[in-house]
Amino acid sequence: MRKVAVVAAASRQEEKMLDTEVEMMIPLITKVRESVGLQQTDIDFTCSGSSDFLAGQAFSFVMTLDAVGPNPPIVESHVEMDGAWALYEAWVKLQMGKSETALVYSYGKPSPGSIRDVLATQLDPYYVAPLWPDAHSVAALQARLLLEGGHTTIEQLADYAVRAGRVSDHEEYFSQPFIADPLRDADCPSYADGGVAVILATEGVAEKLSDNPAWITGIDHRIDAHHFGVRDLTMAPSVRLAAKNAGVSDAAVDVAELHAAYTTHEVIIRREMGLSVRPNAKQRSYPLAADTLMASGLLRIAEASRAIWEGGAQRAVAHATAGHLLQQNLVCVLEGGQP
Amino acid sequence: MGTGGETAAVVGIGMTEFSATRGDVSMPGLVREAAQRALEDAQMDWEDIDAVVMGKAPDFFEGVMMPEIFLSEALGCVGKPMLRVHTAGSVGGSTALVAASLIHSGVHQKVLTVAWEKQSESNAMWALSLKQPFQVSINAGAGGYFSPIIRQYMIESDAPDLIGCMVAYKDRQHALLNPYAHLHQPDLTFDQVVESPMLWEPIRYSETCPSSDGAAAMVIVHESVAEKSANPAWIHAGAMRSEANNFPGRDEVNPQASRECAADLWKQAGISNPREEIDAVEMYVPFSWYEPMWLESLGFCERGDGWKMVESGATHLEGGDLPVNCSGGVLSSNPIGASGMIRFAEAALQVRGMAGQHQVAGAKKALGHAYGGGAQYFAMWVVGADKPTS
Amino acid sequence: MSEIIIPEILQGKEPVQSVRTPIRMEYTFTPGVAAQAYLREFGKKKILANVSPVDGAILVPPRGADPRHGVLCEEFVELPHQGHVGSFCITNVPIPGRKDLDLPYISAWIFLDGADIGFLNLVSECPPEDCRIGMRVEAVWKPDDEIGMTAENILYWRPNGEPDIPFDQAGVRGWRYRASENSDA
Repeated sequence: MRKVAVVAAASRQEEKMLDTEVEMMIPLITKVRESVGLQQTDIDFTCSGSSDFLAGQAFSFVMTLDAVGPNPPIVESHVEMDGAWALYEAWVKLQMGKSETALVYSYGKPSPGSIRDVLATQLDPYYVAPLWPDAHSVAALQARLLLEGGHTTIEQLADYAVRAGRVSDHEEYFSQPFIADPLRDADCPSYADGGVAVILATEGVAEKLSDNPAWITGIDHRIDAHHFGVRDLTMAPSVRLAAKNAGVSDAAVDVAELHAAYTTHEVIIRREMGLSVRPNAKQRSYPLAADTLMASGLLRIAEASRAIWEGGAQRAVAHATAGHLLQQNLVCVLEGGQP
Repeated sequence: MGTGGETAAVVGIGMTEFSATRGDVSMPGLVREAAQRALEDAQMDWEDIDAVVMGKAPDFFEGVMMPEIFLSEALGCVGKPMLRVHTAGSVGGSTALVAASLIHSGVHQKVLTVAWEKQSESNAMWALSLKQPFQVSINAGAGGYFSPIIRQYMIESDAPDLIGCMVAYKDRQHALLNPYAHLHQPDLTFDQVVESPMLWEPIRYSETCPSSDGAAAMVIVHESVAEKSANPAWIHAGAMRSEANNFPGRDEVNPQASRECAADLWKQAGISNPREEIDAVEMYVPFSWYEPMWLESLGFCERGDGWKMVESGATHLEGGDLPVNCSGGVLSSNPIGASGMIRFAEAALQVRGMAGQHQVAGAKKALGHAYGGGAQYFAMWVVGADKPTS
Repeated sequence: MSEIIIPEILQGKEPVQSVRTPIRMEYTFTPGVAAQAYLREFGKKKILANVSPVDGAILVPPRGADPRHGVLCEEFVELPHQGHVGSFCITNVPIPGRKDLDLPYISAWIFLDGADIGFLNLVSECPPEDCRIGMRVEAVWKPDDEIGMTAENILYWRPNGEPDIPFDQAGVRGWRYRASENSDA
């Protein structure tokens, strides 16, 4: 495999953004290109991720392409997935040997729609979606299995909520009423509008663009079964497999950026990944506090890369998820230093 | 020259019967039908597949957000990598190219790719015309969008009015040779095409594509696997290009993205004279006039001469030197998200000699072509009966 | 594929071909920075366009971006209420939600005087067979008391009787024509 690194990132998240997707993405794409001195004509491949159901409009990504300035025409693709998978597609493209640089971006604005209803349309349309189970209620099914199966405790969930800044202490956590028993507000994601853009470059180019490229040393993604009845909801085999294939457990990590939108998801992700964390390991940002659907996964990769660029971390892992209950997962290991 | 990376080939192809309503199958049943047929053709089983790449057009067509998530079991990808591509109407082609890139890159050995649409599940006109509060709502579907562009082509090229009808009549004749085609109209006459109602003048009813349910699937493998297959379709070239929808000076009739995509494609395939060297073309023609327009854009003739190729019969299976859409094309079957992959798959069938009654005798190299959005997204490939030399 | 065994009680029944599961989702859209400015002025019968910061190209309706360069457009300019037909479609297909339109109707890419891209609108007071690329048109507004901050203040465009713009200068060809004029000069 060719060595590929993340060399630049730009992102923005706000609770509710009044800009259109184009107005939101132009400054981010401009900034990420300028930060490494590239123009769009220097970029060999562009790939993005977004969802029409979030935008409430068919072909919504077509208008957002304006933010790139695809003139002359560009080599470009789009996934109806979180941007982490767009990054994966770009990484694959760079492996073909003809491209050296890629721009990857994704964005989501959960604020226009009723996100809990919108996400219900992702469930089996014949048997489940017509019941309109909202995302938090579905997550609560999983949470109860975790709690009653002894996989976690309420106190551990409270710890995660405190660490993510959703509540200041256990007292505040326990004072919250259930919104989907056994989940409280602080267990569930706080949605945010936002977007992220990153630049990838291959060995030989990456070193010219960055003093300290974040090299992708492993990346893999897997999907589990959808139907709740056929899965053990306390597990996520796809996290385990992707982490194994990405080589997460080969060495300890300094930073783990996990797309854990619910406190209960962090329980599962940590266990399935078999994370060996260094004593001062940390997570820099929390989807629990600001989950930007379709961008959260790519944001994790951007944050893990920043941890390396900014000097503190040598080895970082980023995780992205899609679907309900951690059904689809991507794991990316990034390392600083020589490729 | 070449696609870059490892050499890849198509060794399995499966399609469903296309029709207005496939009420006999669910969405999982539909994708399963195409995928199963592709696996059988490849003499493989579900567990042989390393990864799955799925494509379709807007999710509003079925009213399911990111339906690949719930199709995980049906697509046989539990525990495997799965990607979902969406690049507007070109998506079926782009999906095939992303699947091929998983082989070219050396990441996988055997990939299943599936593209589909079940338009009967929802209302396409509704899905495409969702009321947006800050825009004037006056565009009735894709025909309303492409009609003004076609009108400009007709004036620029000084084409006779009935060229579009000739294309439509030809593709419906070709469809009679394809058992999977949605429209089988054995009694249709050229006069009936001409006399059919004007929907989006200058586009007549018979010059438009139908709205279909259907799926297409392919198994794409590494050279080392393909060599065990009796008749692989080798991938000689694959290219994608995108441009913006509306900008000053945009050449809507012959978009720059289309021309540059084609130029890249021919270069990769080592083709200097496409008209001479390509034996069969599967081109994305949802409105009949796009056949002459794309013939020009792809470099099969000079600008302004596409309609002359149509008029001369050059694009007919029977007697033409560059048969276009022998399967009946998008004009005869249009499950939107799958339509691009059907073009790519039909091109592969031609060079494998497996196109049945609509086979171009001795086809060695074929073009698969798709476009989408406001004619701004392009995906193309060239497949060959022989392994690429570079 | 393995056969599905249908219980005896269901045998001979008509197969289920579809189930209706209506979907309703509500979205509250925000127009964005540029469209907000446009709609505010449009509510006062003024048509605003964006000016590209790169080369001054005039883009209407303004979307806050020049798609050729991927740059924000923050400058606005007001355009006159007349222009020409860049190209058009005579439509015989009803549009969901527009029962007010009689068939056939003409949808056209209107190029306002000074604008470098077209925007889609209706042409009326013109028999379909008389509509042509390059035809000069003017806006017909709703009555003043019905004008508001909506995209629909202009009812339609009608011929204004001025001489046509030549085909090679009309619509998207106008930009290329002017570019070639400038390079000759």
